Amino acid sequence: MAHSYLLEIGLEEMPAHVVTPSIKQLHERVAQYLKEQRIDFAKIQEFATPRRLALLITGLADKQPDVNESVKGPAKKIAQDADGNWTKAAIGFTRGQGVSVDDIEFKEIKGVEYVYVEKHVDGKPVAEVLHGLKDVIEAMNFPTMMKWGRHSLQFVRPIRWLVSLLDDEVVPFSILDVTAGRMTRGHRFLGHDVEIKHAEDYEAELNNDFVIANQKQRKNLIKSQIDEILAENDWIIDWDEDLLEEVNNLVEWPTSFAGSFDEKYLVLPEEVLITSMKDNQRFFCVRDHEGKLLPHFIAVRNGNSDYLENVIKGNERVLVPRLEDAKFFYEEDQKITIDQYVARLKKVSFHDKISSMYDKMARTAVLAQLLGQKLNLSDEEMADLDRAAHIYKFDLTTQMVGEFAELQGVMGEIYAKLLGEKADVAAAIKEHYMPISAEGELPAGKIGAVLAIADKLDSIISFFAVDMIPSGSNDPYALRRQAYGIVRIIAARGWHLPVMGMAAEFAEALAAQGLTPEFDVLHNAEQVHAFFLDRLKQFFNTQDLRYDVIDAVVDTKSDDIANVLAAAETLDAHKDDDGFKEDVEALTRVLRIAKKADFKDGVPAVDPAKFQNPSETELFDLVASLNKKWDTQTLAQNFADLRAMAPAITNYFEENMIMDKDESIRSNRLALLQQLADDVYALGNLDKLIVK
Amino acid sequence: MSKKLTVQEIIFTLEKYWADQGCMLMQAYDNEKGAGTMSPYTFLRAIGPEPWNVAYVEPSRRPADGRYGENPNRLYQHHQFQVLMKPSPDNIQELYLGSLKQLGIEPLEHDIRFVEDNWENPSMGCAGVGWEIWLDGMEVTQFTYFQVVGELQMDPVAAEVTYGLERLAEYIQNVDSVYDLEWADGVKYGDIFKEPEYEHSKYSFEESNQDMLLQEFNDYEAEAKRLIKLGLVHPAYDYVLKCSHTFNLLDARGAVSVTERAGYLHRIRIMAKSIAKAFVEERRKRGFPLIHDEKERQATVEKYTKLAEKAAARAAKQAAKAKKEDK
Repeated sequence: MAHSYLLEIGLEEMPAHVVTPSIKQLHERVAQYLKEQRIDFAKIQEFATPRRLALLITGLADKQPDVNESVKGPAKKIAQDADGNWTKAAIGFTRGQGVSVDDIEFKEIKGVEYVYVEKHVDGKPVAEVLHGLKDVIEAMNFPTMMKWGRHSLQFVRPIRWLVSLLDDEVVPFSILDVTAGRMTRGHRFLGHDVEIKHAEDYEAELNNDFVIANQKQRKNLIKSQIDEILAENDWIIDWDEDLLEEVNNLVEWPTSFAGSFDEKYLVLPEEVLITSMKDNQRFFCVRDHEGKLLPHFIAVRNGNSDYLENVIKGNERVLVPRLEDAKFFYEEDQKITIDQYVARLKKVSFHDKISSMYDKMARTAVLAQLLGQKLNLSDEEMADLDRAAHIYKFDLTTQMVGEFAELQGVMGEIYAKLLGEKADVAAAIKEHYMPISAEGELPAGKIGAVLAIADKLDSIISFFAVDMIPSGSNDPYALRRQAYGIVRIIAARGWHLPVMGMAAEFAEALAAQGLTPEFDVLHNAEQVHAFFLDRLKQFFNTQDLRYDVIDAVVDTKSDDIANVLAAAETLDAHKDDDGFKEDVEALTRVLRIAKKADFKDGVPAVDPAKFQNPSETELFDLVASLNKKWDTQTLAQNFADLRAMAPAITNYFEENMIMDKDESIRSNRLALLQQLADDVYALGNLDKLIVK
Repeated sequence: MSKKLTVQEIIFTLEKYWADQGCMLMQAYDNEKGAGTMSPYTFLRAIGPEPWNVAYVEPSRRPADGRYGENPNRLYQHHQFQVLMKPSPDNIQELYLGSLKQLGIEPLEHDIRFVEDNWENPSMGCAGVGWEIWLDGMEVTQFTYFQVVGELQMDPVAAEVTYGLERLAEYIQNVDSVYDLEWADGVKYGDIFKEPEYEHSKYSFEESNQDMLLQEFNDYEAEAKRLIKLGLVHPAYDYVLKCSHTFNLLDARGAVSVTERAGYLHRIRIMAKSIAKAFVEERRKRGFPLIHDEKERQATVEKYTKLAEKAAARAAKQAAKAKKEDK
């Protein structure tokens, strides 16, 4: 017969953002446990609120299947003495297996006879297996763990009750001093303690006591309540799924309501109003049909509609001092100049071991200029970039950002415009933070994109220089994310910039401007290259590239991210071409032989006078002609030209003995191959490609 | 709600309620401090194995929050009603909600929520897990299960409930400015505190003697360290509190750069940490008298004595090693 089992962990209020990941974790752990225990089930249903994590497992088997197993014991010569009597070893073994010596059989393995017993193991009944959920629960992990009372168990919040019901029977177990039973708790204020008679009654029983345990159902209810308010008032809402998810996990019995604030606060920038309402109060903002923000909000109470007027009034009141503060900051912040804010950054630390924010901006400005020159920006663009790079952190010292840290950059753009900066300069202030997540939006403007690269690159080089290099899960300054952001910006823009190896040039430029920092910019600089290549790998992994293509292109000395990206694209595009295998084999042969060259003082010029065979002249001419147009062609075109050389290369190897006894001929040949290998290496180490 | 409670009635109510729950009523500690947590009745007593249940009002000074008595919600000094219960009772949330009922706040007539807010005071080496409690969207209480105090892991764990008295009173009396609160019949909060708010703000932001404060910080620190060595835990802690307040004054004055800030906080943390350790040791020497179950008391003393001996042995070994290396 199929059974149903209900497990509920009753907790003091969990953090909203932990609820969903936690119920998923519990689901996975329980499913895994049942699988390990060979207990079949049909379905696991999740229930989660701030105060409970629950699973209803249906179609659960009666017991584990029985198994017959053949267990190997000691060798026969150990199991029996000379007279054929069973030894202690044999008796001990059978006892340990729950059988007797009469059950012993012998089987031969590689010429030696061993004791075997056939054992029938009865599957454990499901209830017995379910006792083990205690350990499953205790093994759970959470982003923040805590202890309480006199206990040493670490959990997300204190466990206050447990329900463990197999159909209508309690499967008892205890965690700390809480014993599992059939009593759950309803809504904290509207509900009561509830006795669950049968596992499958759970959802309905809780619903009677003002708890909607099904997350999806609760969310849909909130949505429909809000839709009703919107329709009633003819308002529009920007659905913020994250906020909805958070609000959903702050309530067990939602009642949505609308509130208002004084129109005078609408002079504040939208971002400020939205942040004040969303981040502090978890309110939804509403707009009219023209998209204008309205002096109203929608919030969700954890309770029913009784005395809702108290709740509305209270929530409206809370907002006033926040908006009042924001308005005060907004007006005060505009009273001083950007340059005054910038001067204050001398007192703001970027990092104790590195420098002030002011000095960080100065370094970034130098780097931005280097990047701008390489990108051939116009004079006007260079000037805007320079201005942006000298002020882009100024908003950190405004009162508004002091209060609402999440508005950094956003306020920078708003204030910069108000204080007379050009639009692209203002936009760059906001955009330099981008992308703020792995998938986040990229800077839309060119100035913003260059500044974003410069700011991130300075951070990476500086933190590396003071030995704060990310390792394992330890990356407190999100340097990986920043490097990944640079990769994404470059991928989107196709900019050829030597960002993976700019430290030396950067140090020189800093010195030239008298900005040499107290730390050694070049310290650990060699590690920056590999750090970026790891991010490139990560980037390629999101693109479904073949792993050997990835391995080949990231085995590169190039400092140019766009070049590596182009190499990956090129190899990926042609990997299935006819003749690809032969061409790559010819080119990798060049790489391998060229490795034997050991030109300590650089590759010498090839001397055609020393050629002995026409194939040498042929290859020499081809390489020379390719190198002449190398810089004007795309990497894909260069690769096509390299591939076209394959027959000439094959000829070359057939006709010429590279490692000639004559040192000057050998060296001349290796020099030619080295030149060619350098070209091939522009695509990476083709030797890592798997060609079939 | 019938007649609205005055601030002092709110205090009486909370005192009576928590005393009925087994808390001792203590008085505010007579040293300047930024929060009720820093009172020795919380900071020191949260540490160690002895039970401790206490409630008190703590005037809390935060010089940087001063607004010359002009901002209706920000104060140089506000009042916290502090409750600490160790070990944390299983029904601590319900006890708290009971206190709101006593104040006339019926949960069914409002929206009361426990919203995650983990607390940290790095300068005192403290961290905890808990919530801010929302009353119709307003944060009126901070609720924390201490996990680490003075860098010591809590065992048992203490639960701290900190009511922001002004906030709560504003809600109960339905006023929008703290200065309009009625402290007692006919006396407004503003009548009492507006002038000191102005003067303290003026002092903290404009008039404080930085050189003197810097010197004092160094002197207080030296004194605290000397007293720690002598095992005089409480006087040493008084000087740590003085350091902390002096630092807050310097900070409000903008006399501390960001980099220096970390340095000062680190210095305070080092002291707080050694005091926490010394406090447990002093209590052990006294036999943890607040553990009333004799068997448990003896077992605990034994356990801590073993730990202390191990620590002493380790220290001696290190000292010997250091001596050897010197040679």
